[in-house]
Amino acid sequence: MGMTDVVAAAIATNRFGLGARPGELARVAPDPRGWLAAQLHGGAPSLPAGSALESSASILVQAAKLREDRRETQRGAAAPGAVPRVIQGPGAWYRPIYLSEVQARFSAAVVSERPFIERLVHFWSNHFAVSIDKAVVLGVAGAYEREAIRPQVLGRFENLLLAVERHPAMLLYLDNAQSAGPASPLARRASASGRRDPGLNENLAREILELHTLGVSAGYTQADVTGFARMLTGWSVSEGEFRFRPGLHEPGAQRLLGRSYAQPGYEQGAAALRDLARHPATAGHLARKLACHFIADDPPPAAVARISTAFREHGGELLPVYRALIESPEAWATPLAKYKTPADYVHSAFRGFELPHDGPRAGLAAYELLGQRAWSPGSPAGWPDRASDWDGGSALLQRIEWADEVGTRLGDRRDAQRLAHSILGGVLSDQASNAIARAASGAQAITLLLTAPEFMRR
Amino acid sequence: MNYDTLDRRRFLATATAAALPLVGRLAVARAAAPPDARFAFVLLRGALDGLAAVPPWGDPDYRRLRGEIAIAPPGEPGGALPLDATFGLHPALAFLHESWRARELLVAHAVATPYRERSHFDGQDVLENGAARPHALASGWLNRALAVLPAVARSRGDAGVALGQNLPLTMRGPAPVASWSPSRLAALDDDTLDRIAELYADDPLLSRRLADALMADDVARAASMDGPQRRAGARDLEVLRAAGAFLGRDGGPQVAMLDTIGWDTHANEGGAQGRLGARLGVLDAGLREMKRALGARWSSTVVVLATEFGRTAAVNGTRGTDHGTATVAFVLGGAVQGGRVLADWPGLSARALYQQRDLTPTLDLRAILKGALGEHLGVPAVRLDTEVFPDSAAVRPATAVVRATSDSRV
Repeated sequence: MGMTDVVAAAIATNRFGLGARPGELARVAPDPRGWLAAQLHGGAPSLPAGSALESSASILVQAAKLREDRRETQRGAAAPGAVPRVIQGPGAWYRPIYLSEVQARFSAAVVSERPFIERLVHFWSNHFAVSIDKAVVLGVAGAYEREAIRPQVLGRFENLLLAVERHPAMLLYLDNAQSAGPASPLARRASASGRRDPGLNENLAREILELHTLGVSAGYTQADVTGFARMLTGWSVSEGEFRFRPGLHEPGAQRLLGRSYAQPGYEQGAAALRDLARHPATAGHLARKLACHFIADDPPPAAVARISTAFREHGGELLPVYRALIESPEAWATPLAKYKTPADYVHSAFRGFELPHDGPRAGLAAYELLGQRAWSPGSPAGWPDRASDWDGGSALLQRIEWADEVGTRLGDRRDAQRLAHSILGGVLSDQASNAIARAASGAQAITLLLTAPEFMRR
Repeated sequence: MNYDTLDRRRFLATATAAALPLVGRLAVARAAAPPDARFAFVLLRGALDGLAAVPPWGDPDYRRLRGEIAIAPPGEPGGALPLDATFGLHPALAFLHESWRARELLVAHAVATPYRERSHFDGQDVLENGAARPHALASGWLNRALAVLPAVARSRGDAGVALGQNLPLTMRGPAPVASWSPSRLAALDDDTLDRIAELYADDPLLSRRLADALMADDVARAASMDGPQRRAGARDLEVLRAAGAFLGRDGGPQVAMLDTIGWDTHANEGGAQGRLGARLGVLDAGLREMKRALGARWSSTVVVLATEFGRTAAVNGTRGTDHGTATVAFVLGGAVQGGRVLADWPGLSARALYQQRDLTPTLDLRAILKGALGEHLGVPAVRLDTEVFPDSAAVRPATAVVRATSDSRV
């Protein structure tokens, strides 16, 4: 195999994958592009531990029950002669669920034989981000990714979009579940009986336009946001599952991007979403994000155009989009064009060093320490994806300190010199190779490999 | 103080008009601020609800619009802390209110950046880059302000520090700045660090970042004596305290920037108590810590707190507020000429609202920032108009932001 293949193998495993496991580079090197393309076949892999995890419906129903029990206990405690009893709230109850979900996802990332698909799951999950700073998301973030994102990443964007916007996690996170049209039956009844007006919440509608589909500069107006928010009234949650509630829905036709939607009920919002999925601005927005993730912070316009064209020509089928990405020469031209996010960094370290990944909180602790706790981007925009968002001095020092701890913990139980070639291959510099060879100890050699410039990037 | 008989509009007119004739004179008089002056910028990401933080309880439309999340007038249970006949502070802002009474807090209301859409991310970009539109510049206004300061102020290494793992856009640009965040691990041994530094010798980005981080870490380690606090909001407290320690140090950075999140209150925002109240309480306690850590240098410090935009005037259907337009900004510190509300209050009547939904902006946030940077740090007016806030000559700096006789200029 030539020099180019060795570099291409490093790009395939690090940039498209989640970092090479020992031995992986050698298997990939004969045909790096073929290795990626082959991963697209066979449907989206479910989590190995997925069967042990609960559905969001079950989690939400139990949480509601917990709240009800607690209310009853509080009422009961006020009665004379009642025995006081403490029942935990859903917040504390969600936490172990979250930990299991993070652990399952993390293990999959560390051991996956189809790391390109795992990266795509993470990419789309971040594109359609929910964040655990809202309590309910803590309970359902993992289930959301397993139910709405994972099964759809190799299908059509339209189906992915609908699965996401109908999922209780998204409807609750972006406040749509209670949003009521100003002329909805519920609002009219409330105002007739003098109760507080339930009203419109435009959060979900705005973020769908700005973040999930068209992109912020696509030229939509506040009237578009309001019109779309009205179409989505009634998209709600009941018994832990998606439920269209006619009582919340704003009657009548609404306008979005110059088009009128007169469909009744649920169909109105669904039709708008289908149109948004096919909108050329959506193709451009998604192509830019994908190219930024897989090619460079400022991706070459030609590559973006190619990806966007693939999206439009195949009606939003995602497989041809991924193929266009793999076939983009720009993706293979410059090794190490992307600075790793903390999650990238942790995944590649666990894969490369075959660190124990199934202990309690193995990955969680590292994510938290390095500044990227799972499903906690803090906003629906998700985690940022450019070097300048992650390459701060303090963040670097934290990686170095973590690497030092890993080195200290492993000591001479890993041969960093051998691993350096095995996991970085064609992108390992002479400088790093020499520094590792001359390290004062096995532990220090591991630290140096984990902190080498070529390990900080993908 | 008896504001009851004072007409609201007349009061506001006096408060703002008093400042206006001073434009220009002060800019000249204060062109060269001593290197002792300290400046901090606190970015409240997520769009702080200005009508909750500084409730216009005296506005006849306020209570109607806000319904169950309205803050009651001063004197009532859970009522606002009194500022004047129109405005109060949210009851969770006890330290800010003390500062107001000590004339160390200036409150600006109906403020906005030039951005008029409602995306957090673009709104923050405009607030941070200092231009009139999103993504116009790849550097931030505070870094560019540092870059044009007289060389003497920058001769001692990093002139600024960002409290966070990474540099926010506000602090990116030509001037060297450090970043710092709390680190929980034991110190590395020096030999390993030396080898890593050598490994980065040919990598300009990583070598620069490592040098920054090591320098900042030394300072912070020396400053935190009372151990980390682990309760909710501890990070904010720790970071605000660290900012005070950085700025309070002799020969330390002149400028600090802090990031806070958690202001996006679409649902269950609460009134006197609740989500936003708790969040404001943590911020308020952190600012008190910052003052304590600054020690004597508080008297030569100006802290500006700002957010990307405000929230809807009316409460929404989920007891919160949606993305809006104008909001508040605070200017706090021992050097501030405080005890004033800077506002040309547009009112909250249906006709007065921007696009029938938001508080109408009547004051450009850049006016406040320009006033503070010009008067306090001595950034020349022409640089403020062209480089720090490009094409902003039409936005006149707010005047008399800092005390004419503050310690920073004797």
